[in-house]
Parts: sequence; structure tokens; C-alpha cells
Amino acid sequence: MTKTVVPLHQVTIRFAGDSGDGMQLTGDRFTMDTASLGNDISTLPNYPAEIRAPQGTLPGVSSFQLHFADHHIQTPGDAPDVLVAMNPAALKANIRDLPRGATIIVDRDEFSPRNLTKVGYESNPLEDGSLDSYKVHAVALTSITVAAVSELNLTRKDAERSKNMFALGLLTWMYHRDTKSTENFLAAKFAKKPDLLAANLIAFKSGWNYGEATEDFAVSYEIAPAKMPPGKYRNMSGNVAISYGLIAASSRSNLKLFLGSYPITPASDILHELSKHKKFGVITFQAEDEIAAVGSALGASYGGALGVTTTSGPGIALKAEMIGLAVMLELPLIIIDVQRGGPSTGLPTKTEQADLLQVMFGRNGESPAAVLAPSTASDCFDIAMEAVRIATTYRVPVFILSDGYIANGSEPWRIPEVADLPDLRVEFAKSQENFLPYERDAKTLARPWAIPGTKGMEHRIGGVEKADKTGAISYDPVNHDLMVRARAAKVAGIEIPDLEVDDPNNDAKVLLLGWGSTFGPISAAVEALRLNGEKIAQAHLRYINPFPKNLGQILSKYDRVIVPEMNLGQLAMLLRSEFLKDITGYNRVRGLPFSTVELIEAAMAVLHD
Amino acid sequence: MTDIALTKKNFTSDQEVKWCPGCGDYSILSTVQSFLPELGVPRENIVFISGIGCSSRFPYYLETFGIHSIHGRAPTLATGLAISRPDLSIFVITGDGDALSIGGNHLIHALRRNVNLKILLFNNRIYGLTKGQYSPTSEQGKITKSTPAGSLDTPFNPISLALGAEASFVARSIDSDRKHLTEILRAASLFNGSALIEIYQNCPIFNDDAYQILKDGETKNSAILQLVQGQPIKSQTHGVIYQEGSMKVVELESVSESELVIHNANNPDPSYAFALSRLSASVLDHVPIGIFRNVSRAEYAGQVNDQIAEAIAEQGPGDLESLLTGGDTWEVK
Repeated sequence: MTKTVVPLHQVTIRFAGDSGDGMQLTGDRFTMDTASLGNDISTLPNYPAEIRAPQGTLPGVSSFQLHFADHHIQTPGDAPDVLVAMNPAALKANIRDLPRGATIIVDRDEFSPRNLTKVGYESNPLEDGSLDSYKVHAVALTSITVAAVSELNLTRKDAERSKNMFALGLLTWMYHRDTKSTENFLAAKFAKKPDLLAANLIAFKSGWNYGEATEDFAVSYEIAPAKMPPGKYRNMSGNVAISYGLIAASSRSNLKLFLGSYPITPASDILHELSKHKKFGVITFQAEDEIAAVGSALGASYGGALGVTTTSGPGIALKAEMIGLAVMLELPLIIIDVQRGGPSTGLPTKTEQADLLQVMFGRNGESPAAVLAPSTASDCFDIAMEAVRIATTYRVPVFILSDGYIANGSEPWRIPEVADLPDLRVEFAKSQENFLPYERDAKTLARPWAIPGTKGMEHRIGGVEKADKTGAISYDPVNHDLMVRARAAKVAGIEIPDLEVDDPNNDAKVLLLGWGSTFGPISAAVEALRLNGEKIAQAHLRYINPFPKNLGQILSKYDRVIVPEMNLGQLAMLLRSEFLKDITGYNRVRGLPFSTVELIEAAMAVLHD
Repeated sequence: MTDIALTKKNFTSDQEVKWCPGCGDYSILSTVQSFLPELGVPRENIVFISGIGCSSRFPYYLETFGIHSIHGRAPTLATGLAISRPDLSIFVITGDGDALSIGGNHLIHALRRNVNLKILLFNNRIYGLTKGQYSPTSEQGKITKSTPAGSLDTPFNPISLALGAEASFVARSIDSDRKHLTEILRAASLFNGSALIEIYQNCPIFNDDAYQILKDGETKNSAILQLVQGQPIKSQTHGVIYQEGSMKVVELESVSESELVIHNANNPDPSYAFALSRLSASVLDHVPIGIFRNVSRAEYAGQVNDQIAEAIAEQGPGDLESLLTGGDTWEVK
């Protein structure tokens, strides 16, 4: 049977199922196969905080969305073109995001009266006509998989478990992906479990064959490779990119990397990743709590290592006092906050940008620290190196504000040449007479980094206010004023690049200004608005403390400035107070990244105000 | 090793010591300054890290590297430093409030990991720096500014706590007994791992004479049960025997010398040291002084660095380019 092959420019697929159905793995595999075909990609994993929520219920639904295209894309896609729903709960939880005409592939076997009742379906949506405006493929996924692997004599449970590979096989056929890479992946994953390897391979192949052989699927699709700058690429998530950036910084600075961390979603993967790389001399220390995590990192910095701690919002709250000590000791320290929904435990697995004011001001006293925010998953690599440059040059704590979206989402990353990475070498203070621990460098205002083991440099530091130059305890009013201002001036004076504005004809009146992970959706919105003939400028802040020196001038150039943030207006508050500029906020805290469409609408409202 | 033999003076910083007159901290400082030359470690390789409290001013007065950190957190800084710089000799200076109240979590975890830290816990059974509130080692019923009707909390026994936290070197000494404290410091410095030394320390302002029973000529001979390796555990008037499965303090006259427990700090069974630690509580009429437990086991920082060395030995040193270009990659022309 000859089947039609339709070329497409882009597709968004969402895999959804129980949190035990292996949807994240299925999505990851499809992403890898797609990335290696040269499509541009962007992904959005979305999963519940519970490891195994009750089966078949709405809170237990886990999903993985993948947007891939033959051109450059910025986001994981607003709305899926294809939904793979492994059960009624997955269908119900995701159907409202689907535009009419979208394709739905469901596991028909799971649509039993019991499962339907569990999620509140009064009738079977596969039969009651409620899905008439979609292209529905009701495939007996479970029973076909079980039948296909029957000769292996597996338990029913193990046999059913392979059904995610059936789904992957079917999608692999539909979009002309290569089967080799998943076959190799399975061979490695189940090397020690030949039965499960066989089951997964058979299920994967059966899914592929199902597409190829049955009349249910008459059309398959092809998406040509995207035009991307030449180079070597790999798929990269934000958490891995930060880990690699830290290892690269350690290598380029000749400083031992020390991570002190306490497990917390969604930051733990940085701890996991760095623990794998001991051969780089990386020390990972899983501390007893968040305070010990940052304390150990600061202790390591004191000894001349690159001290790093990773956490999320609740952890930052606990670390606050120790970060204040780092401000006082004027030692390098990297604090990575992979933000999640707050306050309190909030939404552990969902994304938000509401820790900005916490990292800016959440300490006692005048306690300035540098704040950086990566704009994409791959930018996490560069930001990590930049944070190390600032921390070691200026001897200050540096925050990196990532978030759940770019931490877990992934995109193609053009691998840099090692020789092109910045030189981050630093010098420790050398033995000298009359050493002054708090004598500042005239240019950077940094104090010497005098590490234990340096002969003749014995000195004492601490959290009590220091006398200028000598570092002795001082309660002198004039000295305190001087030191508070010196620490503030040091952070304010950190050298960073100017902010670049994308204003193609230099005639826009409205500026769309973002920070952190909103770069993708904002860029996609700007692109769409311009195609529509709108004049709009775009700029994106990677440096929040200090702000780029030209920021005030840029803000004053535009009549209106829109700042979309996944919080209730935190950057807007900083901008207003710093520059006395009115800001139009666009604020949503739903635990999800912005959609392109909503940002277009928000911008249109201002453009045609 | 140092070029020239160092003396106490070499370890004395130029800072004016600012404890209250009569504070037990003075004699501890003097003992430590006198002991440090004996370590044979260059000054620049010694680091004292403290938390907050009167005793935590200690690092300022020593001509070594030092950090006066924040309340209760000294073990965290010390642990990070010890792991990344196993070449250093690191001391933690802490008090009963700092170590057992606000910093309790860090203390127990440092002990169970057996990080190479010498922890000097100055126990004066009171909050001094905040001017006289009861501490986690104050006796129940203690009348203080914050407990005018008497404190209700059951106090910690720091030795029992440390043993429960898997500490492998645990000792107790007294501020005014320089000779004894020096011996304990010497033994602790030979131990590779976390050593906890509880030092009974007098606060003349807020809890004066808390340990007088252990200092007065008349009472101390009966109250102090000397823990000497290989020797019967006894004071001049009392001794320790096993009775019905537990340890008991009895008058020496009532038993023969052969019935006394012979001290063995190397006993691998922690319940031995724990039983010893339970011989004294808030009332100090019989107090074991000396090394309760001294049992070697793998030190933490050494193991962390061994894992790194093994990874390098097995896989070769890390190569940045292979890391970045590893995994599934594709080429765009």
C-alpha cells in the first residue's frame, strides 16, 4: 500500500499519560531522534510533584511537549497539533489545549467504564461524538503490545509497560524519524535485562509497523532540517548546560569545583549531573540541609575552590544568612536558584520567576549580590561561566536565576570550541609583609583572595563589620558607612556588556523587555508581530544586578515599555524605582511558560492603545 | 613542618582579648596557644572556624587563619573547607548554644561523616553573649531571664548526643585543668576524623561556679572520675562497676579494686562509652573526665578525594572537549 507523505514546516506533539507510563522517556527519545535529523526543537516537560499519583487520575497526568520545525523556533509551541493520550485522564487533562482539527491518538483499551468514571466522563468520548472536530486514532495500544510480546512470557504488568514504546514507534513512523537511535538506546538501557529489551524492541517495531500497515494511518509527514548556523550540535537542557558551564569554568579558571547542595526540585539534576564528573576533580557534597549546602560551598571558596550551591526558592530563603556572610567575607560564591512556583512549597514541578526580589533583597542589612538570568536552556552554559567570572573577579556572591522551564526544557545547542571559551584564571594573594585583608583593588574594589596555606598571610575574617583595609572588628560609625557603601559600589561597578536592542528600523515606539526564560515566547511574539507589520522593539536582560549601564537610556527612548514576567511585576518594580519609568506589566503565574499568542495580544493592546 | 620551632607567642594575635574578667575562655585560649606549637603544623595551614557566642571570638586571638562565622554554622564552612583542602588542620570553636541549639543539625552530621575536624565545645550551660538565658545544657528548673519560673527543657548530655551521632572520638575536659586539656588536644590531633571535646567552662557573670564541684579541692577528688586508658575508672573515693547490665558509681570501700571497670576508649561497641556518658547528668557529683571513645574509622574528606582519584585512575583526567562533544551530536554544514 502506498501512503501519502505530506511535507510540513513544523509540528507540536504532546505525549501524555500516567506519571508511571514513561511519557518523559518517550518524549526524550523522540526529541533525540528529531534533533539528530537537524530540525530545530524546543521541549516542555510537565509532570506532577507526586512521584506516583493514583493511577488514571487527573493529578497523575504527566506530559512532554515537543515542538520541531524546518526553521528556527523559540518555544515548545502554544498548542499541540498532535496529542498522544495513554488514558482518559490524559485526554481530559489536555484536550482544552488542543485546537480543532488536531490529531489525537489514544489507547482505546484504557477507555473502560471504570477509568472513564474515575475522571468524570459520563460517556465515552471516543463514542459520544464529543471529539468529532478532531482527527482521532483510537488504537488498541495495550492489547496489541501485549499480544506482540506474548511469546516472551512476561508478566502482564511488564508486557503492558512496553506500550510507551509502541506509541513511540508509531510516531517515529508518522514523522519519518530514524529507528536506529532508539534501538541503540534501548539496547544500552536494558543490556542486563534481555527480556525487557526484547519486549521494548518488539513494542517499538510493532508501533512502527502499525503505522506502516494499517489503514488507520494513511498519511505520514516529513519536516525538512532547519537552517541553523554551521557547527556541531547536541540537545541540551538548562540544568545540564549549567553543569557543563561550571565544569568548563573550573577548567578555564584552574579552580577546583565544589558543589554543596541539598536535593530540591527542580534543581537536583544539577547535583546529579555534576556527581558524574569526578574525573574533572569535581567535588559534590550532599549536605544535611540548605544552610549546610551553602556553608560548605563558602568554606570551599575560602580555601580557594570554586564554591557553588544549587537550590530553588525555598532553599534560597534558608540560605539567606549564609549569603549575607559571603557578602561580608567578600569571597566568591555561586548560588543557582532554579525557580519554581511559590510561596512556601508552592508548585514544586512548575515554573515561575517570582524569586527575583528575594535574591535581590532577601537578606538582613545592605547586602548586595550580583544577579544573572539565563534566557534559554543553552544560555545556561554561558551564564554559568559569566557568573564565575564575576564571582572570582569581584569576590561577591552571584545568583543565577534559572527556572523550571529552561532547566528541564531542551533545545539544540551549538557546541562551542574549547579554545573560544573565556580565560577565567585568577590570582590568589601572594605572601607579603604587612598584609591587609580588606585592602581593595583600585579597579574592581575586590579584596585579596588570601587562602589558607599562604605563608605569613594568617588573618581572621568574620561576619562582624570589618575595619577598612585591616579587616579587624570595627564598630566605628564612619567605618560602617564606608564599608556598606564600598560593598554596594563594588557590585554596582561590575563590568558587564551593554544591553542590545533589536529594533530593526529604529522606529518602534514600544519596547518589549523581558528577563530570564521568557526570551523564547517573547521572541516568537515579536517575530509574529513584525510579520504582521507591527513596529516593536525587543530587548532581554541577562544581567539584573547590576543593570546594563545603557538601560536607562534605552528605556527613555521608548514611549511604552512592556515587561512580561511570570510573577506579579518584580522586574517592573525594580525598573520603576531605578529609572522612574512607567512600565506596563504582563503578569501570569500559572506555573507554565507564556504562550506566544497571549504575548502577541498583550503587545497589540499596547501598540493600538 | 616549620623551619623554626614555634612558640605560644607565635600563635598569639595582636588583638586585645575581650572576654569578661575571670571567664573560663582565657585559660582555654592560653592552653590552645601553648599546645599549637606541638602540632608541628605551620601556622598558615591551621584554620579556626567558629560560630556565634562568647567562645566564638576565639579565632581572633590566634595567629592562624580564622573565620568567625554565623550562629551554629561553623561545621558547615569547616566541612566544605576540609573536603576541598585536606591538607589543612581545622578546628571548630563552638559553645553549648551554638553547637547544640541553633547548630545541632550540623554538629551531628559532621560527627557521623567523620570529617577531619577538631570540635571544641565550650559548655558553660548558659547563654552568655545574649546575657543570661538558659541553654540546651542548663539543668532543668534553671531560673534565668527567659525562665523566671524555671526552665522546663530536659538538657542535652553533649557526650551522649555525640555518641548517638556516631562520633568516634569523644572527650571531656575542664577549662582550668590545662594539663588535662592539653593531653586531650594531643590525642584529638592524632585522631583522623571528627573529634568532639566538651570543655566545661565557667561563665563568671551568668552562671558562676557551675562547675565548682569539679574545682574545689574538697569535692573534686571525689567527683572527678578519671578516664585513663587501661586503668580502673575511679575518683579518690568512688569507682565505676558493672551492675545488672549497667554502670554504677559506688564507694571504693564497698568493692574490691578488681571489680572496677577498666577503661578502654578503643572499645568498638559504642554502648560502652554511652554508658559512661550516662554516669553524670545535671548534678555533677560524679563526672567522668577524659576520653570516652577513640575508635578509628574512615575519614570523610579522604574518601571523597579517593573517589575522585579512582575516577581519574580509571577514566583518565577529564577532558573538556570530549565532555562538551559527548552524547548524541549532529553536524550542521
